[in-house]
This record gives sequence, C-alpha cells and structure tokens, in this order.
Amino acid sequence: MSGAIGAPLLSKDDLAPAERGDLRQAAVRPSLSYWTDAWLRLRKNRQAIASLVIICLLLGGTLLGPLLWRVDPDRQDLARVSERPSLSAKLTVLAEPPPYVETVAVEDGAAAAPAKGALPAPAALEIAGDPTVQAVRLQWARVPGAESYLVYRSTSRPGGDFLGLPLGETGAGSVVSFEDTFNLEATTYWYSVVATDGGESRDAATVAVTLQAGIPLADARLLDPGANPGGRVERPWRPLGTDYLGRDVLARLLSGARVTLFIGFTAPLLYILIGVILGGVSGYLGGRVDHWIMRVTDFVMALPFLLLMILFKVAFGGGPGESGIVPMLVAMILLGWTGAARLTRGQVLQLRDAEFVQASRLLGARRSYLLLRHLLPNTLGVILVSLTFAIPGAIFTEAFLSFIGMGVAPPTASWGSMCNDGIKVFLVHPHEFLAPAVTISVAVLAFNLLGDGLRDALDPRLRSVE
Amino acid sequence: MIAYTLKRLLAGVVTVFFIATATFALMHAVPGDPLAGAKVRSPEIRANLQARYGLDRPVLVQYAVYMRNMAKGDFGISFTQQNRSVNDIIRQHFPVSAVLGLLALGFATLGGVLLGSLTAQLRGRMTDRTVLFLVVVGISVPSFVFAALAQEGVLLWNAWAGTTVLPVAGWGTFRAMILPALSLGLGTLAFLTRLMRSSLLEIVSQDYVRTARAKGLPGWRIFLFHELRNGILPVITLLGPALASITTGGFVVETVFAIPGLGRYFVQAVQALDYTVIMGLTVFYGAFLVLMVIAVDIAYGWVDPRIRVAKEGGA
Repeated sequence: MSGAIGAPLLSKDDLAPAERGDLRQAAVRPSLSYWTDAWLRLRKNRQAIASLVIICLLLGGTLLGPLLWRVDPDRQDLARVSERPSLSAKLTVLAEPPPYVETVAVEDGAAAAPAKGALPAPAALEIAGDPTVQAVRLQWARVPGAESYLVYRSTSRPGGDFLGLPLGETGAGSVVSFEDTFNLEATTYWYSVVATDGGESRDAATVAVTLQAGIPLADARLLDPGANPGGRVERPWRPLGTDYLGRDVLARLLSGARVTLFIGFTAPLLYILIGVILGGVSGYLGGRVDHWIMRVTDFVMALPFLLLMILFKVAFGGGPGESGIVPMLVAMILLGWTGAARLTRGQVLQLRDAEFVQASRLLGARRSYLLLRHLLPNTLGVILVSLTFAIPGAIFTEAFLSFIGMGVAPPTASWGSMCNDGIKVFLVHPHEFLAPAVTISVAVLAFNLLGDGLRDALDPRLRSVE
Repeated sequence: MIAYTLKRLLAGVVTVFFIATATFALMHAVPGDPLAGAKVRSPEIRANLQARYGLDRPVLVQYAVYMRNMAKGDFGISFTQQNRSVNDIIRQHFPVSAVLGLLALGFATLGGVLLGSLTAQLRGRMTDRTVLFLVVVGISVPSFVFAALAQEGVLLWNAWAGTTVLPVAGWGTFRAMILPALSLGLGTLAFLTRLMRSSLLEIVSQDYVRTARAKGLPGWRIFLFHELRNGILPVITLLGPALASITTGGFVVETVFAIPGLGRYFVQAVQALDYTVIMGLTVFYGAFLVLMVIAVDIAYGWVDPRIRVAKEGGA
C-alpha cells in the first residue's frame, strides 16, 4: 500500500452504513458479455491470432485470388512442362534451325579394324553449327570398324563409367553426326560419344557445351504473334512452377482452394447443423425420441467412415465429366453429424435442469424463449469449437480421398488431387507435390490452432487443466 | 460383464449386417455394366461370366446368395483376376498390413504415452510448449505428405552416407518397415500425446495423488503407480478409433511405399472398379474394425474397475 505517511487508509466515513441509492457499491467496470470475454481471451493467444490471420488470408486468396492472378488454371502449355518456379524472363527468339542432315563418312579402307570391343574414342568430336535449346548437333570423325555410335548427355562432368543419360544410337558406323532435341535447358551439358561394334568400348570422347536461354519461334508466336527471330519476348512468370501438363501451379492452387475449402466449410456446416438439431431435439424432448435418436447415432458412429465414403464415391461419382464434389458432400453429411448430435444433447441435458433455466421457466418463459434465449446461446460456444475442428477434418478427408483417386475427378483441381498428381513426380520435380502439400498442412494447422485457442477462450473450465 | 459383452457383440453383428447390405446396395446402384471393363469377346463368354458372378439372376436372389456367402466367410471371386478369390487376396495381403499396423500402433502408443508423460511433467516449460506445438503439426500434416517427405529425406541421407541407411520402399526386412510404420503412426502418436498429457494433468490434482505425496512416497513411485496407471485409461479407450485411423491410413502409406498390403490392394481395386473385391474387402474391413472397437471397449471395462462395477450393477 502506498498511501501518504500518516494519512489513514480508511476514515470513519468509509465504514458508515450505506444509504439507499449510494452507488459506491455498484460495479464500476461495465460487465463483459460472454463473447466479449472470449474475444479478450482469444486475443491474448498469439498462436490463435496468427492462425486467424492465415485463415483470413486463405479465404481472401480463395475469393480474390482468381481476380489478382489471372492465369487460366486449365490452360495446358506443353512447351513448359514441370517447370521449376521461375520469374518472368525476356527470352531471345530463336530462328528455326536449318534442316538436320546426317553426316556420312566414307570408309577409309587403309585403316585396320582393331580387336572387337576395343575401339578407340571417336576423334575430333565437336559441336556442329549453332547450339540452341532447340537442338544441339554433334559430329565426329569415323572410327574404323565401328558399327554404330552411342551418344550420352550429362549435366555434370562425366567420370569413370558414368557418361550420363543415353540419348540414342546412330544407325550405322558411317553416320558420324547426331542431333539432340530432348528437353534441352539453358545449362551446361557434357556430350559423350562411344564407338561400338557389338561389344561396347568404354573409350569415350567428350565435349561440353553451354546453352543460352532462348525460346523457339513457334512458342514465341503463341506469346506474342509478332515475334521474329532475333527479337525478344517476355515469358510470363510461374511463381510456383508448372505441373506435368504445363499448367500454372499457383493458378491451380487457387482454383483448387475453392473446391477444397468449399467442401471443407460446407460439409461441416451442414452436418453440424443437422447434428445440433437432432441432438437438441433429443436432449430437450427426452423419452422415446431421445432413445431412438441416440440408437441411430450410436449405429452411425460404429460405421467405418472412410470405407463408406469410398463406396459412396465408387457408386455415385463415376460419371464422366463429373467433378465428384456432390457425392462426397452427401456422404460426409450422412456420416458426419453424430459427433455434434451427441455433444449438443449432452449440453442441452445439462442446461435443461440448470437453475437459471428453471428460474426462467418458473417465471413463465415459453419453450421457444427458453430455447432461443438460454439453451442455444449457451451451447453455441461448444458447437463453434467443434465446427473449427470439423473443418480441418473435412479438408483432411477430401485430401485423403482425392489422394487415392477417389475424390475430386481429374480435370477439376483440388489440393488433394494436386498432391496425387504431384507425388508421382515428387523425386524429380518436388515443387508439384510440395505446393499443395504445404498448403494443406498450413491450412489444417491454422484451423487446429484456432480451434485450440477458441476452446480455451470459450470454456474457461478447460483452461484450468492447462 | 457377460451380458454387456453379448449386447455389444449383437450390436456389432447388426452393424456388420448393415455394412454388407449398404455395400451390396451401393454397388448395385452403380450405373452401367459391371462387365464393361472386362475383356468380353463374345456373347457366350459374357453369358458365362454373368453366370459365374450370378449376375443373370434377380437382384434379390443375388442379395440372398451374397449374404449367405458373407455369413460363411466367402467373399467371392475377383472381377479383374478371374482365377483369384477375395479370400485368397485377404490371406495373402492382410498379414503384411497387420504387421505394419501393429508396428505403427505400438510406436504411436509408446511414443504417445512417453511424450504425454514428459510434457505433463514439464508443463509450462519450453520443452512442453515445443512438443505441444509439434504435436499440433503432427496432427495437421496428412500421412501421405509426411511419408513423401520422409522418403525424400532418407533418400538424401542414403546418398550422403553412400550406403542404404534405410530402404525407402518395398517390404520384407525389418529395416524396410521402419519408415512406413513411422509415417503411419505419427498422426495417432500426436493425438495420443495430447490425450495422455491432459489426462495426467487432471490426475495430478486428485486427492489420492495428494495423499501419496503426503505419505512421503518418492516422485517416481507416485508417477508410476498412481498417476500413470490412471492416466493411461483414456488412451486405452481411444485405441479403437486409433486402430481405425491406422487401418485406413494404411491405404495411403502402403501406396506411397509400395508395400504389398491389403490397403494398397484395396485402393487398386477401387481404382480398377473391381466390384467383388471392393465389396468383399469393405465388409472384411468393416467387420474387422467393428470387432476391434468392441474388443477395446471390453478390455477397457476389464482394466477400469469403475466401469466394470457400473456395468455389472447397471445392465
């Protein structure tokens, strides 16, 4: 206590009996409503608030994303398949390469053929013409006795037995040139050529070439109809790369968010609504109605959820051109309402006999008033928490089903189906899987953390355990 | 207790009956010809196939035959591999899934109980908060995402070490089982950790713990014989649902790791629309899960004397 020294803390006046109308006893602070109180608690929970922000961003991105990122998620671009995330770039337009003609060397009769399987490396291996990302042409001197030549390509310096990716084999020992047009990128390649006469010799000639970024004329004309060889065109950026059909991963993620979050929100909202109604009726009416509703609840709860979801999908989602969203929703609703029903029933049973409800009833409150004024608001908190946990559950279910190919059908994107597409090439092009996988994980994490926060904020009794 | 067991078993039979009927109804609601996918070259072959699968008979007769066979434990013959019965498939692939599932369940339960106890002891400290956050992350990451990441991580590790530290796919050796079992059990582990922690925290403030402390018992004794024994009960109740999630999680994990288990087979059958296999395996899985949940509930009654007394006195 920090009163001035000597001055008494209380005077006699303070201890005089209060008079009627003396307001000193009244609460000075305004009383907090349940929801204000909950919000104040939630605000202190940094994890929960961060999650709330993430969820708002996700929802905002889902609604506004397609307006801000105007790339058609279904547009395939086979010139840009499985591209890594990239910024936009100005690319030189490449001229159409001159037609490729194999170089044929005449037999040099004088040279003696060496022993089988011990051919020397081809001499004078060099790059012919102008190497571009459209085509790299090699030529070399003939090796006497060779029946054909094997051509390898590597993105690192070959060494030992390692020569890289086998590109092909020339048709005959007299053909001493090769054209490589296979998935060339702007990087450095080492080409190795080995002569063979049935038994392959490991004596290889190697040449390195560094390619400059460029874009073939035909592809450039798709971006800019007036493009000409030697000019430059702007290639649009793909912030998250492209998938196996050259579709923009970011655009697909945004359009997939609509599907995933639509299912993730609609299904829980509907089945929790149904559960609340059934549980409320069951708890409030009691008796035989309660008995039978709870019997059905127990029964539905005992059913294996995912198995029946799969069955439902097989039976009703197989038509061509259907996205499979509606059967999934229906199955989720049919099987998902039980938890909310049990929860609401327990809550209503508890509240029905609470003193404040009895008092209200004694004062002559009607049934509808009791329900709307007392039972519903006091149940709402618990229901809100279970809804927050049901949403990530539904997102999970969608992802699981789509991942095993039983969810959203192919042309429609969803996060789960994107994972399903991406995991097939995960080891080669990790971005195609990581983008949707990380998005699912972050979204579900945010909902779970928000749910934890809401539960702590709305039910202070549970907090005491923490 | 016996009356309770019988009652639960009866309810279980009704559930399985419903699952079988729903499966039949759903599979027969499929529009189109179930034989459309099979290689049917002539009307004779078609007629033979229809006779083999009983498709030439009225639906109600088909239903009766199907239910009788199911009751006998005969799940029929595969549609796409016409010389293989579903029972053969189960016999061959289920043991693999069972081993994987048990490993995952064991890992999840042990890990969950240990981590839950640890965080409850260190409540409010940095370790506790870190583990709790990781637990939410574990609950939030789908098993296929974890499986794929773990696979990639171990691949890099193998490449860095220059040897095969752990195989990343396949089945057969114990080392090959480690990665799939971890991926499959992770979500359940996270879930059980949370449960164990909150259950222990509730027990810490119980009278009998205070009494034990007042008597001067050493901390480890209180923990082992008073807290842990009671705190583990909720974990046991949830072993049923945990088993269900591990079983269905196996569908995905077995696919990612190329494990020849029943889960992967089921997914393949679903994708190939092999109707008899889908029906047979759904009923098999359904019966298995229902039975497991009942077994866990009965075991729970046996472990927790309060429940046992209540049930014997009540019903």
